[in-house]
Amino acid sequence: MNLVPLFVAVPLAAAFIIPLLGIWWKKSGEVLAPVCTAILAIMAIVQTGAPASVHHMGGWAPPVGIAMVSDGLSTLLLIAINIVAFVSIIFSLKYMRVYTGLTKYYALFMLMVAGMNGVVLSGDLFNIYVFLEIASIASYALVAFGVDAEELEAGFKYLILGSVASVMLLFAIGTVYAVTGSLNMADVAREISVRFGTTMNPALLLAGAMFLMGFGLKAALVPFHAWLPDAHPSAPAPISAMLSGVVIKSLGIYAICRVFFHVFGVASGAGGSIIFANAMIAFAVLSIVLGGLLAIGQWDYKRLLAYSSIGQVGYIMLGIGVGARVLATGGQLSVAALAILGGLFHLINHAAFKSLLFLSSGAVQHATGTRDMKQLGGLRESMPITSWTINLGTLSIAGVPPFSGFWSKLIIIIATIKAGHYAIAAVAMAFAFVTLAYYVKVQREVVFGSVTKLVEKAREVPALMYVPLIILAIVCVGFGLLYPVFGARILEPARDALMNGTEYIQLVLG
Amino acid sequence: MTVYFLCVVLLTMGLYCLVAKKNIVKKVLGIVIMDYAVNLYLIIIGYKTGGVAPIIEADMPLSTLERFVDPLPQALVLTSIVIGLGVMSLMVAMCIRLYEKHGTFDMSVISKLRG
Amino acid sequence: MKGMTLIVKTITDFVAGFIVIFGAYIVLYGHLTPGGGFAGGVIVACAFILLMLAHGSDVAFSKLPEKVAHVMDSAGALAFLGIGWFGMTMGFFFMNSFGRGEMFKLFSSGMILPLNIAVAFKVGSSLFLVFSALAIFRRRSFRAMIEDELA
Repeated sequence: MNLVPLFVAVPLAAAFIIPLLGIWWKKSGEVLAPVCTAILAIMAIVQTGAPASVHHMGGWAPPVGIAMVSDGLSTLLLIAINIVAFVSIIFSLKYMRVYTGLTKYYALFMLMVAGMNGVVLSGDLFNIYVFLEIASIASYALVAFGVDAEELEAGFKYLILGSVASVMLLFAIGTVYAVTGSLNMADVAREISVRFGTTMNPALLLAGAMFLMGFGLKAALVPFHAWLPDAHPSAPAPISAMLSGVVIKSLGIYAICRVFFHVFGVASGAGGSIIFANAMIAFAVLSIVLGGLLAIGQWDYKRLLAYSSIGQVGYIMLGIGVGARVLATGGQLSVAALAILGGLFHLINHAAFKSLLFLSSGAVQHATGTRDMKQLGGLRESMPITSWTINLGTLSIAGVPPFSGFWSKLIIIIATIKAGHYAIAAVAMAFAFVTLAYYVKVQREVVFGSVTKLVEKAREVPALMYVPLIILAIVCVGFGLLYPVFGARILEPARDALMNGTEYIQLVLG
Repeated sequence: MTVYFLCVVLLTMGLYCLVAKKNIVKKVLGIVIMDYAVNLYLIIIGYKTGGVAPIIEADMPLSTLERFVDPLPQALVLTSIVIGLGVMSLMVAMCIRLYEKHGTFDMSVISKLRG
Repeated sequence: MKGMTLIVKTITDFVAGFIVIFGAYIVLYGHLTPGGGFAGGVIVACAFILLMLAHGSDVAFSKLPEKVAHVMDSAGALAFLGIGWFGMTMGFFFMNSFGRGEMFKLFSSGMILPLNIAVAFKVGSSLFLVFSALAIFRRRSFRAMIEDELA
């Protein structure tokens, strides 16, 4: 039996059972949510070995029916989403005790997971939009969950900009439907390649621009990043970890990959694909530069992490964009493969270490009551486990060998050089050092340094909060050292799935 | 062609309302206008000159089938209206909460975060 | 006196029942005529919202208590999902496993009628809850404003 629909059905069921039982049993969320996310995480790991498959909803074959497609790329994202969700839920158990209305929190959390799983599994453009809205609406509510002035304002900003993104996406989907007469992604891709070949259709160019803006807004690429530095720090720590760790990737980066590589046929050099690839690279470079520069000056721990997310998403986009450009201009396949592999590797690495860092910021805030780095310092003695995980996380994200962030950035930069973009490679390399600089600042101000008044009274967080940190730290180190173990299993299928647009069409349409 | 153009004009009006107005309720209205502009756009895509509603009736000649307007965009618009309703109620709830905190709907007064 | 004038209240009492019946009709004939679970659910919710507007929230909550609405909300969604799961027994999610029916027959569309009813419960109760939540929020902030004025 095909497990694919269960990735959506299980969290959706949990999202409705939790509030239903919660009317009588206040702990329903704290019991059901970890069980459910654990099942999902196990299912995602089992799914890695499985071959690409298509599930026809209601037994209707595409292009008439709605299909759920699970290929290498979806599997990669499923692993990231469900493992980070599991870890964040475990962290929430203790951390969220200070909030009220916990059943609603867990229900919204499961709804967000269901939406993201739906986005990465959907084979239909409009379904991507619907699931994206489910995940987004849940995350708007979760950002404002504290209902303080700051949270509400951040949530409202996120909501307004997210709604603009949704409007753009719907516009783009409508335009694609008007041109091709279908919504199934494989069918649309076939239609575009048959009807237009390598010529450029202006309506599709408009749709592509709208898609890039809409998904770029969800991914917080630089011209559209304004909501992220407010929304991510204001949310509760586990939600920040989810938002920065997986939401911006599954709703933004994944969707850009899927739409441009598989629907618009960037990989096969369809019309306008060089323009799209150039736009991706431009947004990526802007994100790297601006995210890096703005992160340096931050003294709010979570805000610094949020700006760093913008820069790191830029690296992911750079890998994907360079790959797209090489494929679109008919360059060497091996260079494109390297660039895309680097981007995807950085995606999964970033999911691990950014969620680790956000969770650790939550642990620090829980223990000391502040996230102002000027008031922190010398945590290594009072909170040794948290400090160690912060150290591992910062070393990974700053790109210190042999941790995971180093390898992925190295691959991206090498691929950029091989593709002939020397200036961009220089910028990427320079800003890798900037990343190192501001994470050294984090280490100096938070972990090392003199013990401040707030930190004196701080004690190590309870086990339910540091075990998730340890799990993620192990993942960070493991990704750096054990590439041969997981690379062939999850990264290379994802890369191959992304590069072979025609294979996707054949998979879905049979 | 003119109708598509008018749709885009409506979309731009919504965007203007969203960007230029300080009052958060007006910003919400801007979002709603943009949403409806896109819904209108989708409906126009499925429209046919002289078309009829895509409903099958018992004593209907088969030739009527050809005059049906495309029902798929209408289904999409229904879904999008539902989503818009959900987003709008969330926005209104947040507006009320923000009003409770600050006693005003003015974004320039509310805004404390630096973006 | 809470709520609106006597005229509005009387007319509302008279009309609300018919609105509910009309909503139920839209739900039950959703697979044959335009309409369906969502539209019918909205119409049913409108009847309760009308009651709330005319009489105030106490009367509306006495007709449809908040807890019941919450249960209906979650149960409707779960029923929808459960029908989808049931389709898995036939191999596909949301498979219409009762067979496809004939045109213009009420009990003939397999899963679609139960799905419509589930959606109607979900939509009707959640729309009512959204409206009542907004009304409660607004009243609270209004009271806070008056207290600010007095202080």
